[in-house]
Amino acid sequence: MPQEVFSICFMCTVRCPIRVEVENDEVTWIEGNPYVPGIEGAICAKGSAGLALLNDSERPQYPMIRTGPRGAGQWRRASWEEALDYVADRLKAIVGEFGGQSVVFGERTNLNTHISKTFVKALGSPNHFTHDALCKGSLNTAFRTLTGFTDAQVGVDYANSRHVVFYGRNLFESLEIKAINNLFKALDKGAKLTYIDPRVTITATKANRYWMIRPGTDLALNYALIHTILKEGLEDEEYVRRWVKGLEQLRTFVEPYTPEWAAQECGILAEDIVALAREVAADKPHVVFHYGYRSSHHPNEIYLRRSLIILNALMGAIETPGGLFFKKGLKAAGRGDIGKYVSQEFPKISAPRFDGSGSTQFPIADSSHGNPQMLAHAILKEDPYPIKALIVNRFEPLQSLPDSATVREALDKLDLIVDIDVNYSEIGWYADVLLPESTYLERGDSIQAISGLKPQLFIRKPAVSPRYDTKPAWWIIKELANRLDLGQYLPYATLEDIWNFQLKDTGAKLEDFDEKGFVVLSDKALWWDRDKDIQFKTPSGKIELASTLMENAGFPSFTPYVPVPPPPEGHFRLTVGRCAAHTHVSTQNNLYLSELVPENELWINTAPAARLGIQDGALVEVVSPIRTVRLKAKVTDWIHPEAVFMLHGFGKTVPVQTRCYQKGASDALLQENVSDHAGGSPALDETLVTVRAI
Amino acid sequence: MSIYYILQDQRKCIGCLSCEVHCKSNKGLPLGPRLGQIIPVGPKMVADLPKQAFVFMPCFHCEEPWCVPACPTGAMRQRPRDGIVYVDHTLCVGCKSCITACPWGAPQWNPETGKAVKCDYCMDRIDKGLKPACVTKCVTHCLLFGKADKLDQSRRQQFAKNVAFELDQVVSAR
Repeated sequence: MPQEVFSICFMCTVRCPIRVEVENDEVTWIEGNPYVPGIEGAICAKGSAGLALLNDSERPQYPMIRTGPRGAGQWRRASWEEALDYVADRLKAIVGEFGGQSVVFGERTNLNTHISKTFVKALGSPNHFTHDALCKGSLNTAFRTLTGFTDAQVGVDYANSRHVVFYGRNLFESLEIKAINNLFKALDKGAKLTYIDPRVTITATKANRYWMIRPGTDLALNYALIHTILKEGLEDEEYVRRWVKGLEQLRTFVEPYTPEWAAQECGILAEDIVALAREVAADKPHVVFHYGYRSSHHPNEIYLRRSLIILNALMGAIETPGGLFFKKGLKAAGRGDIGKYVSQEFPKISAPRFDGSGSTQFPIADSSHGNPQMLAHAILKEDPYPIKALIVNRFEPLQSLPDSATVREALDKLDLIVDIDVNYSEIGWYADVLLPESTYLERGDSIQAISGLKPQLFIRKPAVSPRYDTKPAWWIIKELANRLDLGQYLPYATLEDIWNFQLKDTGAKLEDFDEKGFVVLSDKALWWDRDKDIQFKTPSGKIELASTLMENAGFPSFTPYVPVPPPPEGHFRLTVGRCAAHTHVSTQNNLYLSELVPENELWINTAPAARLGIQDGALVEVVSPIRTVRLKAKVTDWIHPEAVFMLHGFGKTVPVQTRCYQKGASDALLQENVSDHAGGSPALDETLVTVRAI
Repeated sequence: MSIYYILQDQRKCIGCLSCEVHCKSNKGLPLGPRLGQIIPVGPKMVADLPKQAFVFMPCFHCEEPWCVPACPTGAMRQRPRDGIVYVDHTLCVGCKSCITACPWGAPQWNPETGKAVKCDYCMDRIDKGLKPACVTKCVTHCLLFGKADKLDQSRRQQFAKNVAFELDQVVSAR
């Protein structure tokens, strides 16, 4: 009989709960946790392809220390002892000479972030950053300006919605399984789906209404929708009176933005815009104007994200069944909070952050995540001070940061690059020391506390022993801390020590996870009373259309719409995104996933392609103001003529990743490094490119 | 025809290709063979909306299969008790006659073993009372596995549910 292990997938950051079958220390089967509503055994292609990751010989198998020039692929095998000593000795010297702030640690947020943050603080550095700002920093800030909560503290009650409006939120290709199944539940009950995107995605093909909007003009559409709602009195009057501050300012502001005006800008008929406003309002408050996931497109991103949240506020849809809700934590369920090492006291750090997050560059961005798009600038200009060491875990500066060629140049200036990684990533290949991390099937991690309507705890348990000489990141960081005489900040020796520390105040026990792999901390859904008890965390306790946070920092709450002119002849707006088969930059070399989608293509509309003599499937050259790349063209009617599109994460340059080596092209080479300084995200869709047949 | 059938709820299929990987990882297949395939059709404009279909094509497990008589060694065979068509790998010599014979391209070539491989509805799982890998783990649960005569009923029930709530949605989902 196979042994059953409940765990948490980590092929992508959604982290679906899984049930793994193991025989003789081999994984034989991975499925979605059958006991979790909305999952019921379901898992995506990436989740099943976890087996191929586990058994892949094309991943780092032991600690490696560089012997040749950076990126040349000349390595020697090291023992863990030697590799960790090597890193610790160099960190010690760097901190001694340049101070703790000269060390930067970057990662994608994960279950052990409280451990890596602890390590960085103990080291005396303010410079821990996550990938978050690159994806959705401006959404985080937008939510805080309006509600006092971050986007991560907000969820969508799809299952009870009557109308969901997506703006490029390509849910059916970005694959949040629970959300997808809950949305289908709503559609089964007759809910409507409106999808707005310059590109026909799979989500578009499932919608009741689809608009091929002119790229970059969503904000104009929203101003016209708000205009229509307020003009026709379609808002949820009672809710708005009780909870919204600044309605009259908004009314005055949107006055000039008529549907007829927006029609010109967006390429959508004025009467259709009015019809959408009326149709959604008829189903209020059980409606969702989805606020988006990736929110890093344009320098005015925060205003687009705010306009989306404002539409929900006008519909009375915030903290409402079938609308948005605030996620309730363990405390709301009457439990103590989950333990985090980062909550302890640290010696005071006086240096400012390297990226100006929460201060000079991005005054109201979320500095607990930082703004890594400043990395190259900070290193090259030594602004605000010299940076000497970069440690990364599961983060890919060479494919996730815009203008990645400049990032590579900046890395050359560092004295030490360390990568803790499951894959041979671009940064791993460019590092001085590569510390191979065990895959999620070979390791356990910190317990996951999921806040929501019913707060829950999930656990990642190791399913099998490591296939190679790899270690979990929590172990690696602890070993480094020991060598730097900082071990006391991470008082654990084993995984069980971490788990017991985390669970101490929660009232949950490790054995509670045995039966189904998770613990539900509340039987009933925890809603605040939307008539009298929504606990907004803004200074006024209301939804602040006129935002204290923004205005105190010198940003206007409302800013006039700046028209988006059509790109000059022969130019296109470069848009990027993802597909169901791949996770951003990390799965391109997976045996099964590379077979499904081996390379990216440049989507280009049939009419301009014909003018440029570009054939479907032919290699083309894409030229941005900073770089040129080559990939195959996909000539199609299903994208707006002003835009081109490519999948993110291709164009790999690591030769040992043989399945994806030099397949397709990297979008990060083309994207100029421009930011939304109010919201905090880079503006990744701001770059115009030209396309040439070869 | 095998007594079993996989019914696909086209309305719920999002073309995520997960079923293909569920199959391959379960059978430990190398690069190349894809036993159950999603064939995308479209997009095309239907009633002013872009629609795309994703047609799931595993083996149909025919009543009178082309592949079985084409096999010279008796490796390709039909299970008497339920009609599942499968390859006995100990007998397959890799002649590819089945691949030539099948009108739908169901039998695939496994370059690692040098033999034919095809969908067998995961009969080892069925014999344990489970469902095929593709069905068990489908992201939207749009694949339904069962006895062919019973599945007819589930489709009627789904249709009735749709009609009960919104007739125009049924029409647009066709």
